[in-house]
Amino acid sequence: MAVDRRKFLKSGALASGALITSPWVFSTGAHAAGEIKVGVLFSLTGGLSIVEKSLHDATMMAISEINAAGGVKGMKIAAIAEDGASDPKTYNEKASKLVIQDRVPTVFGSYTSASRKAALPVFEKRNNLYFYPTYYEGFECSKNVVYTGAVPNQQLSNFIPWIIKTLGKKKFFIVGSNYIYPREMAKVSKILIEKNGGEWIADEYLELGHSEWGSMVNKIKNSGCDVVLSNVVGDSVIAFYREYKNQGLTHDKLPICATVTSEIEIAAMGADYAVGSYTSFPYFQAIDTDRNKAFVERYRAFVKDPKAVTHHALESSYFQVFLWKQAVEKAAEVTPVAIREAVKGQEFDAPNGHVKIEAENLHTYLTPRIAQWQPDGQGKIIDAYKEPVMPLPYVAYGETPTNLFCTSKGLDATKLKT
Amino acid sequence: MLEVLFIGLSLGSILLLVALGLAITYGAMGVINMAHGEMVMVGAYVTVLSGLWLGTNIFVAIPLAFIVTALLGLLIERIVVRKLYGRLLDTLLATWGVAILIQQAVRLEFGLSFFGIHIQGLGPGLQNVDVPGILQGTLHIAGADINRYRTFIILVTAVLALATWFLIYRTVAGTQVRAIIRNPKMAAACGIDVDRVNALTFAFGSGLAGVAGVMMSGFKTVFPDMGTPMVVDGFLVVVMGGVGSLLGSVLSAGILGEINGVVAAATNDILARAVVFGVVIAIIILKPKGLFALKGR
Repeated sequence: MAVDRRKFLKSGALASGALITSPWVFSTGAHAAGEIKVGVLFSLTGGLSIVEKSLHDATMMAISEINAAGGVKGMKIAAIAEDGASDPKTYNEKASKLVIQDRVPTVFGSYTSASRKAALPVFEKRNNLYFYPTYYEGFECSKNVVYTGAVPNQQLSNFIPWIIKTLGKKKFFIVGSNYIYPREMAKVSKILIEKNGGEWIADEYLELGHSEWGSMVNKIKNSGCDVVLSNVVGDSVIAFYREYKNQGLTHDKLPICATVTSEIEIAAMGADYAVGSYTSFPYFQAIDTDRNKAFVERYRAFVKDPKAVTHHALESSYFQVFLWKQAVEKAAEVTPVAIREAVKGQEFDAPNGHVKIEAENLHTYLTPRIAQWQPDGQGKIIDAYKEPVMPLPYVAYGETPTNLFCTSKGLDATKLKT
Repeated sequence: MLEVLFIGLSLGSILLLVALGLAITYGAMGVINMAHGEMVMVGAYVTVLSGLWLGTNIFVAIPLAFIVTALLGLLIERIVVRKLYGRLLDTLLATWGVAILIQQAVRLEFGLSFFGIHIQGLGPGLQNVDVPGILQGTLHIAGADINRYRTFIILVTAVLALATWFLIYRTVAGTQVRAIIRNPKMAAACGIDVDRVNALTFAFGSGLAGVAGVMMSGFKTVFPDMGTPMVVDGFLVVVMGGVGSLLGSVLSAGILGEINGVVAAATNDILARAVVFGVVIAIIILKPKGLFALKGR
């Protein structure tokens, strides 16, 4: 019995060793049988499934639309869906499974930065490709990830000057959840606030997932600020807006200007708590174009929920599959490296407008928009950039369009220090 | 300063609201009830569902949630907990399992979502509870803006605490409960139906959690995981107050709430939370049985 078990362990170890050493070239699978396998990796269970399920659905919808229209190069896309279970460690395991066992040339996935960072080593080690649809804090430069969500400069570069010039607000109270994304956003905000002649009087944080806002809102009330810049994420957002109103603050005198509050949170808090506040995102459900309206209709039909809301990360989850499809069509062979080279500079007319992958840093050109929340829970778009803005993942450290830190050669760390 | 103290009081009342039920099930019955947070969650969902399907408001939801969670508590006691009295760690594991079951039942809409059937108000998403206009905004008292909803919570908590005190210390049933806390075998020998009293006590504790859920639904987010962090705070209060002492729970909730409120106002929320944990640790070290320990032989 004991020998059997030892034997089993030994052969198991050998087998997994063989898997690790077998390089990508020997793979026969991925596109042999008239289909291309891709991985879809979002949390379908756990706390984050609230949002990630919708990203999963949008990805699946894009795949089914492409298949209905004839697939890619005459091949159908076969999605292998895995559940990240709201747990970074699970993300790493499932990414390994998709890349090593299923040998997919691309995985679409992740919502949080934590889950992306956990899956990243798998893609870098195997030289595979990960499409990441969420707005995030930047400060990352990987040739194995295509980022289709907004980076800080695409949410803040028009927002802060607009708050100062159009709203005429100068004293900022910056508030966020206590982790990397809000802290990086605050860093970029401070640079922009000072550049535009405003000042920030406080930069405060509440634990992630914590929803006791009594003290913080009282502090905001007594701080003498005239605008609140919120980088609060997740379910805390709802408690924040509710407490804000319950302590007698109103958005017409002291507006909350948020970078993360989306249609989902507004629906959950009850629209009357947010009426008059502002959010900056490249995409809103309310974008008034036929293409977007048709997209919202199709999504609602796809998830069989006539009231389903769409939001920024969801829209990115959708259009990034089309960018991938165009890249596969352009690439000579269906390998991660060929797809990555082909995706550079790809353009697509997404529901939010024209998007393009920047060839140097594999991030996406997006159009920043500002919306004011209305009683019906939708954002009214009151300001938009005329054209898509170049993504600058290192803008907090001084990156500019003419002085890129992250290029196709990788991150230039010497620029980071100075 | 008045506002800071008010917020502290409000924080304390929220702590006590969750801890009251625990003071009964853990404090009095010696069951580490990990499903307590889920009872809070179920109470919040009763508010959501009664609002959606019956069109009723938060006031109607209070008795409704009490009944639903009390019945659920009774069921859990009958099926699981009654077999585990006196086995502290086993109750922890078993009720944790129950907690996961309840969470998933809500998330998967009692399993119906597998068949493509969706019940509005359930599922993994965030839910929205309408708060009546009378509870929104502020009251002007003595030059300070007092938050109406928080005032409402403080009142409800005070009523519940008084009702619980009255039940435990001024009724025959309460005397029986206290007898069982002291010595279950002696109580049984004196003719108390220990099984029945235990079941009802557990149901009452669960019902209190349900009411706490209704109050939470009005200003926090309603989703399947909402109860888990609350149960930790609840245990802090009960352990610091002294297991089995109602007065201890009331006082420790008040103290922790005010410490949290004042430190958060002076510095920030993250430090305040650390200080609260620090105070609890210090008290456990200095008085291992809590502020008000039962003196038994």
